[in-house]
Amino acid sequence: MPDGHNNINSGDHLEFEEKIADLDRQMGELRKLSSTKGIDYSAEIRKLRQKQVAELKRIYSNLAAWQTVQVARHPKRPILSDYLNLMVKDFRELHGDKCHGDDRAIVTGLGHIGREKVLVVGQNKGRNTKEKVTCNFGCPNPEGYRKALAKMKFAEKFKIPVVTLIDTPGAHPGIGAEERGQAQAIAANLARMSLLRVPIVCVVIGEGGSGGALGIGVGDRLAVLEFAYYSVISPEGCAAILWRDGSQAPAAAEALKLTARHLLKLELIDAVIPEPLGGAHRNIHDTVYNVEKYIVRTLRDLKRTKIENLLENRYRKLRLIGSSPTEKLRRRTQAGRERIKAAVEAVTSKTKKIPAKV
Amino acid sequence: MAEQTKSKWNGFSLRPRKEMPEGLWMRCPKCEHMLYRSAVEKNLNVCPECSHHFRIEAATRINYLVDEGSFQETLPDMTTHDPLGFKFRGTTYKQRLKADEKKSGATEAMRIGKAFIMGRGIILAVMEPNFLMGSMGCVVGEKLCAAVDMAAEQKLPLVVVSCSGGARMHEGVVSLAQMAKTSAAVARFGQAGGLFISVLTDPTTGGVTASFAMLGDCTIAEPGALIGFAGPRTIAETIKVELPEGFQTAEFMLEHGFVDMIVHRKNLRNEIARLIDYCQT
Repeated sequence: MPDGHNNINSGDHLEFEEKIADLDRQMGELRKLSSTKGIDYSAEIRKLRQKQVAELKRIYSNLAAWQTVQVARHPKRPILSDYLNLMVKDFRELHGDKCHGDDRAIVTGLGHIGREKVLVVGQNKGRNTKEKVTCNFGCPNPEGYRKALAKMKFAEKFKIPVVTLIDTPGAHPGIGAEERGQAQAIAANLARMSLLRVPIVCVVIGEGGSGGALGIGVGDRLAVLEFAYYSVISPEGCAAILWRDGSQAPAAAEALKLTARHLLKLELIDAVIPEPLGGAHRNIHDTVYNVEKYIVRTLRDLKRTKIENLLENRYRKLRLIGSSPTEKLRRRTQAGRERIKAAVEAVTSKTKKIPAKV
Repeated sequence: MAEQTKSKWNGFSLRPRKEMPEGLWMRCPKCEHMLYRSAVEKNLNVCPECSHHFRIEAATRINYLVDEGSFQETLPDMTTHDPLGFKFRGTTYKQRLKADEKKSGATEAMRIGKAFIMGRGIILAVMEPNFLMGSMGCVVGEKLCAAVDMAAEQKLPLVVVSCSGGARMHEGVVSLAQMAKTSAAVARFGQAGGLFISVLTDPTTGGVTASFAMLGDCTIAEPGALIGFAGPRTIAETIKVELPEGFQTAEFMLEHGFVDMIVHRKNLRNEIARLIDYCQT
């Protein structure tokens, strides 16, 4: 469409976007009129468009936590397959955990992002009903996590950096999943990913639901898209457990501080990747481009670091989460002091060597 | 009557809710026998009739497990700084903490320290089921990591008795990250050659199972303990199928290969001591 609103139809507006939907309807009618009657309404359309942009800016600069969750769950939001199509060049999917089966909720494969060779591990939700059923609505089973781990070990062997794209409501709660050890599979991933000897970049592109998200979410950098969320439990689940009332989800979402901005403020994530005006679903290309830019830049940075230091930093960062503010400060200054001491020692030992040779 | 109580969820396990009236007598939730309380306590809080293992608090667990008076606690007063400022419908997290502190007498959901089991030195971490369902927040994460550090430093085996409902949602992603943090610490410990014995007791679910509890070099479970990732109620609500008998029990986990052995509470000391002996070089 001419105004770049290429992805939104009349039924795709969220409940808090009433005004926007109204403006969209008006613009549509004017367009129809101008095409049938041949009258030029472009000036009016432009005015309406400007109004809409202002309105979008107003709404999206100030989203409540629950509204963010709704945006993150928008049916038109870019999913893993969009990222694979637009961002990953020459993608070769690798199937199967070589143990039980091939989980479609987690997709793994080799490809290029920018000029970088990477292993992509991502959670896929599926676009249409059929895809959604095969992908189990993005809820991985244990074999998905084991597949991810197997491929990551493969990448480690050949020193290929790992990029994980997280988008899941949570790990699948089912009889089969428990029988095959959902908990053990996730635990094994957490432990092994913390030791994996290649750079790992994690990006939450939609929903980051609990252990299911964390199962492929341990790495050197964790970024969250502006209107994605990352939480210990779904807002509905939290409300149901704490207040036995699932309809209190909006309040629970607020209390859980699950939006990207809050998480950054709490120093739980490393970056917030901006989304285009009105959310990722309004412009898939820009969203994917922003994510790509972040990944390429971050990988370039991480590749400069020695792998030992990378692992040490990864561990230190994890250890700092949840320690009290004073403890954090103490450890940081201590780490700084150690680094300075090591640097000074390195310099003095070098200078000492030279006169010895002479 | 018995059937009626049996079909009810208690939100945590499939078994009927345990009724623990303050008094001389108690009823075993499994075999429905009326039991004399002091007889049960003498029997390590195990039902003498059907050997149902009752949930026990951390202090009692430590008493049962280690040599008398050998437990030296570290970081006993560590409390959470409430990273989110969690508040919902007028109840704050801090108020909840205070209420549970009063109820259980514990300051947090985990106690760590150095102890001896039959003369063998260990670092012990025990979870407290009565404190916010033994959930893992930042203090539990910090304490476990401290225990791992201690074990690595002093070259002692690490024994962790898990008993938890999972990650503590009042601390949001901070508590989720504790899963990664504890797993990373345990992984490093394992890489350095440390022995980690994980004891799973009723209940061990959610984020705790999906992190350090399942990463033991050796995993021991108590008979009949509820062990799993998602809670049984969540599973039943999601897939709308009645769950099979004995689903997510210790025996179920043994059958599916996720637990090394099931050990009766009275033999736990012996088994741990024997394992330590095997692994000592």
